Amino acid sequence: MEFSSSLSLTTITLFLPMVGFTILLFMNEQKDKEAIKWTAFGFSVATFIASLLMAFQFDNNDSGLQLAQRINWLPSLGISYFVGVDGLSMLLVLLSTVIMPIAIFASFNAGVIEERGRVKLYYLFMLLLEWAMIGVFVVQDLIIFYIFWEVTLVPMYFLIGIWGAENRVYAAVKFFLYTMAGSVLMLLALLYVGGQAGTFAVPEIVAQVQSGQLSFPMDGIFSTQSFLFLGFLIAFAIKVPVWPLHSWLPDAHVQAPTAGSVILAGVLLKMGTYGMVRFCLPMFPQASVEWAPIIAALGVIGIIYGAWVSFAQTDIKKLVAYSSVSHLGFVVLGIFSLTSAGIQGATLQMISHGVSTGGLFLLVGMLYERRHTKLMAAYGGIWKVMPLFGGISLVVSLSSMGLPGLNGFVGEFTILLGTLGSDVLGTLFALFATAGVIMAAVYILYMFQKVYMGEVDKAENKNLPDMNWQEVAVMVPILLLIFWIGLQPSAWFDVMDATANALVNQLQPHIEAVKNSGVPTAFHDLMMHIWA
Amino acid sequence: MIDVPSFAELNLEVALPGIFLALFTTVLLIVDLFIPKDRKITTAHLTIGALVVAFVLNLPAFNAGETAMNEMFIADAFAGFVNMIVITGAIITVLLSVDYMKRSGIEHGEFYSLLLFSVSGIMFMGSANDLIVVFIALELLSIPLYVMAALRHDDVKSEESGIKYFILGAFASAFFVYGAALIYGATGTTNLPEIFRAIAGADGIVATENSAMIYLVIGAAMVIVALGFKVAAVPFHMWTPDVYEGAPTPVTAFMSVGAKAGGFAGLLRVMIIGLPLLVVNFGDAVETMAIGETITVPSAWQTALWLIAAATMIFGNFIAISQTNVKRMLAYSSIAHAGYILMAVAAVGTVQITKVAENDYTMVAVYAESALNGALVYLLAYTFTNLGAFAVVMSLENNDGSGTMLDDFNGLSKRHPLTAAMMAFFMLSLIGVPTTAGFIGKFLIFDAAIQAGLIPLTIIGVLTSAVSAYYYVRIIVNMYLKDAAVTDEAVGLTPYVNYATIVAFAGTLIFGLFPMLALDLLASSGAQIATLLF
Repeated sequence: MEFSSSLSLTTITLFLPMVGFTILLFMNEQKDKEAIKWTAFGFSVATFIASLLMAFQFDNNDSGLQLAQRINWLPSLGISYFVGVDGLSMLLVLLSTVIMPIAIFASFNAGVIEERGRVKLYYLFMLLLEWAMIGVFVVQDLIIFYIFWEVTLVPMYFLIGIWGAENRVYAAVKFFLYTMAGSVLMLLALLYVGGQAGTFAVPEIVAQVQSGQLSFPMDGIFSTQSFLFLGFLIAFAIKVPVWPLHSWLPDAHVQAPTAGSVILAGVLLKMGTYGMVRFCLPMFPQASVEWAPIIAALGVIGIIYGAWVSFAQTDIKKLVAYSSVSHLGFVVLGIFSLTSAGIQGATLQMISHGVSTGGLFLLVGMLYERRHTKLMAAYGGIWKVMPLFGGISLVVSLSSMGLPGLNGFVGEFTILLGTLGSDVLGTLFALFATAGVIMAAVYILYMFQKVYMGEVDKAENKNLPDMNWQEVAVMVPILLLIFWIGLQPSAWFDVMDATANALVNQLQPHIEAVKNSGVPTAFHDLMMHIWA
Repeated sequence: MIDVPSFAELNLEVALPGIFLALFTTVLLIVDLFIPKDRKITTAHLTIGALVVAFVLNLPAFNAGETAMNEMFIADAFAGFVNMIVITGAIITVLLSVDYMKRSGIEHGEFYSLLLFSVSGIMFMGSANDLIVVFIALELLSIPLYVMAALRHDDVKSEESGIKYFILGAFASAFFVYGAALIYGATGTTNLPEIFRAIAGADGIVATENSAMIYLVIGAAMVIVALGFKVAAVPFHMWTPDVYEGAPTPVTAFMSVGAKAGGFAGLLRVMIIGLPLLVVNFGDAVETMAIGETITVPSAWQTALWLIAAATMIFGNFIAISQTNVKRMLAYSSIAHAGYILMAVAAVGTVQITKVAENDYTMVAVYAESALNGALVYLLAYTFTNLGAFAVVMSLENNDGSGTMLDDFNGLSKRHPLTAAMMAFFMLSLIGVPTTAGFIGKFLIFDAAIQAGLIPLTIIGVLTSAVSAYYYVRIIVNMYLKDAAVTDEAVGLTPYVNYATIVAFAGTLIFGLFPMLALDLLASSGAQIATLLF
C-alpha cells in the first residue's frame, strides 16, 4: 500500500494542540493568565474545527483508511509515521476533539486551579493530553501507537496528582503504575509481531494476516497467538477497565479534578476498547474467536458488578465512576460478540458514554464548586433551589440510564442485538446484560432521588445559585449530542458501517471454523457448556 | 628476527582522537602547575576545549573501518560511537565538576587530567581489536578512577570508596588477564578477529570441532567476570553502592556512565568479534541436520549472560525501591540499567548454523548487529539521562554532602520549575517512557532480544522496567505533588550545572524524537565488523 507523504488533514488535526502547546510554553504565567486560558481553549476549538473538516471529507462507503499520510521514521526497523482514519477512529477523534474544549472551558473557573495555582502547567498538560489522545486514535503504526499510548499517561498523571482531591498522590501513582504494567506487556507483544511481519504498519500486518502470509500458531490457549493476543488485551483491559482490573478507576476518578474526570471517562477509557477493535480482532482473529466468550463473560460480570457497587456508593463521583465500569462492560460485550451490530453498538456506546458520563462529571463538579462535598447525604431537594440545573441533570441521568430516545439506549440496544445474533456467545450473555440495564435504572434514579428530589432540609443548600452562563454553555453541546445520537442514530452508524462490516467479514471464516469444528479448544468447550 | 614495522605502517592517524587526548593530558598536567590555585577554571576550560577537539577528530571514524598498529586497534562506527558517548559524557562531567569541586574544597587541577586519562582509556577500549589492548585500556580507564573516587580525602567514606574500588578492580583485572591467557592458549592469538577465525574456521565455515574448547569456555567466563565487574553486573556489583555514595558526586556521575560505557565497549568487542560462535555442543546440535537446513543454537556463554542480565535487572530494580537517598538510588538503578544492556549482549549469543554440505557448516551470529546498535544507543541515552539526573541531584546537594534525600526534592517544581521539569523528563527517560531517549534504547534492546528468541528474558526486562517506574515516579511525586518543607536556595544551582542539565536534557529529548540521528551513525557498524572477520 502506498500512501501520500504530503500533509494530510489528519496530521494537521493531530498537531494543532502541539502548536498551542509550544505557544503556551512561551507565555508568562503571571502576566498573561487570561490569555493562557483562551489560547488553550482557542487551540482546542481549532482542533475541533479541523476534525470537523476531516469528517466532511470522510467517505462513509470506504471501509479502508482515509486521509492517510505516511513518512518513514526509522526505515531500517520498518517504523513509519503513519496516520489515517477509518469509520471507527473517525468517530473517536471527533469525540476527543469535542470533549476537550468542553473540559478546558469548564476549567476556567474551577476553584482548585485557582487555589493550587500553576495555571500554565495545567493548560500545557491539557493540550499535551489532547495531542496524545488524537494520536492514539489516528496512528497506524504499532510503535508510534505505543508512543502516543504511553504519552497520554504523563499529563493525566499530573492532572490527578497536582489538581486532585485529598488522596490525589495515591490515586495518581496507582493510575500510573497500573497502566504502565499493562502496557509494557503490550510493548513486548508488538515487538514480536513487528519482528515477524517485518513492518510495524498495522494495515500491512493485517493484510499479511488475512492473506495467510503471516500466521501465529493457534492451537489451544497456551499458543503463540494466544499469548500475543493477551499481551495486547491486558493492556487494553486495564485501560477500559475490564473487571477485575478496574481498581484504579474509582480512585483516579474520585481524586481527579472535574476536567480530568471528564477526559478520563470521556476519552481515555475508550482507548482501551478502541485498541481491542483496532488491534486484537484483526491481528489475532483466531485467538479473538477462541477467547471471545471469556472476555465477553468478564464484560458481563463488569456490567453487573459495576451496577451493583454503584448502588452502594455514598459519594456521587464514585457512583458515576463505578457506573463507567458497568457501561464499558457493555462495550466489551459488544466487541466480543464479533458481529457487525455488536461492534457498531459498542463504538456508539463509547461515544454515548463519553458524552453522558462526561456530562455527569461536569454536573457533579458544579455541585462540588458550590458545596465542596460530593456526598449524596449532603444534598436533597436541589431541583427546587436550582431548577435549570435539576432539569439538565435529569436529562443527562436518563441518558446514562439508557432511556429510549436518548443516546444511551441506542448503543446498549444494538449491543444486545449483536449479542443475540452472535455465533460465539449464547443468549445467557444477553440476559445477564439486560439485568444490568435494569440495575442502571435503579442506581441512577436512587442517586437522583437523594440529591435532587424531596425537601430542602439542609440550611447550606437553601441559597445555592443556579447555573451561570458559562456552566450552561458547557452543557449545551452535551445536551445536543444526547438528543442527536438518541433521535438520529443512523447518521452515526453510517460512518462506521462499512468499516465494521469489513472487520467482521475478515473474522467470519474463523468464527465458522470454530462453529463447525468438532474439537473446540478446552476453554471454549467449557464456556459453551456453561453458557449455551 | 623481529619485524619492526615502519612508522607509516602503524597507521597511527586512525587512532588520532585517543592519542591526541592522551598527549594533551600529559601536557595539561605540566601546564596546570603554572595555573594559580584560584584560577583552576582555566584548566576546566582547556579540558573542555580538548574534548571538543577530540570529538571533531573522532568524526571520520564512522566511515573508516580501518585498523592500526598491526591490527591491534580499529576505528569503525562502533568505536566512533563509543568515543562520541564518552566525550559528550566527559564534557558534561567537567561542567558538573567546576563549581562542585570548589565548594567542596577539593579543587585540584589534577582532577581534570585524571578524568581525561580515564576518557582516553575508554576510547581505546572502544577501538580495541586485541585482548592486550582491551587490558591496557581497562587499566587506563580504571586507575584514574580509583584516585578520583578517593579525592575527597578528608572524608572516610571517600577513602573507603577509593580503596574498595581499587582492590576489587585489581581482582577483576587479574581475572581478565587470566582469561585472556587461557584464550591465547586455546587459539594461539590475542587478536580478536583471529580468535573468531580460530573458533569458526575461515569465512565462518566450520570444518572440525575445536579441541581446546574447554580453555576457551573458562577464558570467556573469566573475561565476562572481569568486565562484569566494570559494568557492575550482579553478582559482581557489591562495590557499586558504597563507591558511588562515597566518591565525589561528579566522579560518581562519570563512573556510572563512563566506566560503564568502557566496560560494555570491551564486553561487546570481545563477544561480538572474538567469541560469538563459541558453541560447545556443536556436534550434538548439527547431528540430525539435513543439507540446507538452518537451526539456531545458543553460544556457550549465552546462558551465563542470560542469568547475569536477569539477576542484574531484578536485583538492581528491587533494591533501588527501598532507597531514600537519591544518589544511592541512582547507583542501584545504574546496576539495573547495566542489566538491560547485558540483555543485548546475550542476544549476540544466538547463533545460526546452516548445513551447506556434508561436514560443512556456516555459522553466523545473526543478531549481533541489532544487539550492538541497541546496546550503543542505550548507552548514549543512558549517558545523557543519568548525567542529567546527577546534575539535578548535585544542584540540591549541600556542601557537606547532605540534601540528596528523597524529601529534599519536595516542592522542587515550585522553587525551580525548569530544573524540576527537566528532572521529571530524566526520570521518565530512565523508566523508558516514549519521546525520551531512554525509550528508544529500551525499544531497540527489547527488539533485538525478542528477535534473538530470548523471550523470557525480555519479559523479565519489561516487568522490571515497570517496577522501576515505582521509584522513579516517586521523585516526580515529591517534586510536583508535595509541598516543600525547606525553602532555602539550592547552593549547587550554578550556571555551569545548569549548562550541564540543559545539554543532558537536549540530548535526551533530541535522541528521543529523532533516533535516526543515532542509528544513521551506526548504519555501517555491522558491515564493518563483517569485513573485519571475513
